[in-house]
Amino acid sequence: MNGTEAPEPASARATEAPASERRILPVGDSALLVELPCAAEAEALHAELVRLRAAGVFPAVRDLVPAARTVLLDGLTEPVHQVAARLAALPVPPVPPRTHEVVELPVRYDGPDLAEVADHWGVPVADVPRIHADLEFRVAFCGFAPGFGYLTGLPERYAVPRHATPRAAVPAGSVALAGPYTGVYPRSSPGGWQLIGRTEAVLWDHTRTPAALLSPGSRVRFRILGEAA
Amino acid sequence: MTDRALVVVRAGALTTVQDLGRPGHAHLGVPPSGMLDVPAGLLAHRLVGNPASAALLETTLNGVDLRPRCAVTVAVTGAPCPVAVDGRPAAWGAPVRVPAGALLSVGAALSGVRSYVAVSGGLDVDPVLGSRATDLLSGLGPAPLADGTVLPLGPVTAAPARMDLAPQPAPPTELVLRIALGPRDDWFTPAALRTLTTRTYRVSATSNRIGLRTEGPPLERAVTRELPSEGVVSGAVQVPANGRPVIFLADRPTTGGYPVVAVVRPADLAAAAQAVPGTAVRFVRGR
Repeated sequence: MNGTEAPEPASARATEAPASERRILPVGDSALLVELPCAAEAEALHAELVRLRAAGVFPAVRDLVPAARTVLLDGLTEPVHQVAARLAALPVPPVPPRTHEVVELPVRYDGPDLAEVADHWGVPVADVPRIHADLEFRVAFCGFAPGFGYLTGLPERYAVPRHATPRAAVPAGSVALAGPYTGVYPRSSPGGWQLIGRTEAVLWDHTRTPAALLSPGSRVRFRILGEAA
Repeated sequence: MTDRALVVVRAGALTTVQDLGRPGHAHLGVPPSGMLDVPAGLLAHRLVGNPASAALLETTLNGVDLRPRCAVTVAVTGAPCPVAVDGRPAAWGAPVRVPAGALLSVGAALSGVRSYVAVSGGLDVDPVLGSRATDLLSGLGPAPLADGTVLPLGPVTAAPARMDLAPQPAPPTELVLRIALGPRDDWFTPAALRTLTTRTYRVSATSNRIGLRTEGPPLERAVTRELPSEGVVSGAVQVPANGRPVIFLADRPTTGGYPVVAVVRPADLAAAAQAVPGTAVRFVRGR
């Protein structure tokens, strides 16, 4: 029941529901869970709710928690049936591609699973950093640990499985892959993702404002370190 | 000069600093944390004249011994337990004056799990994201107390309450949790939903601040595929692979990959925090 850094890939069932379907599920007396057909729609709904909340329009809510293909609204102050009715009818534009600054993370691509990832991708080991660093990522959601972001942007053909047996300790700053996601471990913790490199960037520092380097919606690029050395 | 601090003489099994937690950061993966038995903690604060936002101590089963370096007013609430000042019995659930250098002993719980120890001025450890609470899942906030830990105290802002003994609910001998089904009740068989609301569970000894684990008949899934991680709330009744319901408490993760069959009414979570292992648990629908 502890936090897991390894959710089921959302892309696996993106076609399960028709594109128009938005399920609104009850979560006790003051929360609602909106289930979307795919990860992109969940990201779009979360972005729109954040925008509407910031504008003071809607909804009055303590926590907006995006995840693989849901958005949780927790701590609603209005009656949930009213909020549910408004959510059902809410027009949601697609996420605009360039709304956030790009966070650049310098990475030394020397992770212990580089060869295994290259194997899964069917490319030479030396190509993995180039392919990964050429992509732009977006933080779809956070979880598992404070400041741990689930980054989307890896094409589906590059999805990799997690390790069957998680490592007892993954070092802080490890850049890792699992399913369709890239993640960076904010602190040393157990973990089952494939480690491809390390960054010196500090993902979480509670004395800093904001404490989290990455939050939902952040755009991220990885820069290859040590290539010229 | 008065040194406004407390010295921890005996830390106990697990004593943590708690307040009302750090809600509002779930999107960053930060659990709410905070005191589990909120009414008990807030009562302790009122008894010593602290604001609701102050920090106090939450003990687990066997209490804590403290030596304040300055004269303080304390109040012990929550799980009933013996209280003593320099070996002389003192009141539980009422303001108690402790002179500078005296030993405050908060004994083992006679019933229930968690006692709350509020000290006039509140505990003035450094806040993290606006809260001084120890979060055992993510490691935010101060470490659990150790023998010899020194805890700074804040300034006293109000006089203690003028009551002799405040009424408090007794810890539950049977834990009745009112639930609303959902969001994922449709992931379980109709028989499983009947089991949940008609059979008796027991509080597992593996329960902690993250969740109240139960033992009892497993709940059978109607949908057996894996659930993509989704946001969860405090009071969520999550059903992990072994089929036994877990009730999420304050140090819960912000997202979970097992289906949540129902949600416990927030008002019932204080009793859940005081249910000792082995306590019977019943889930009832509606109000």
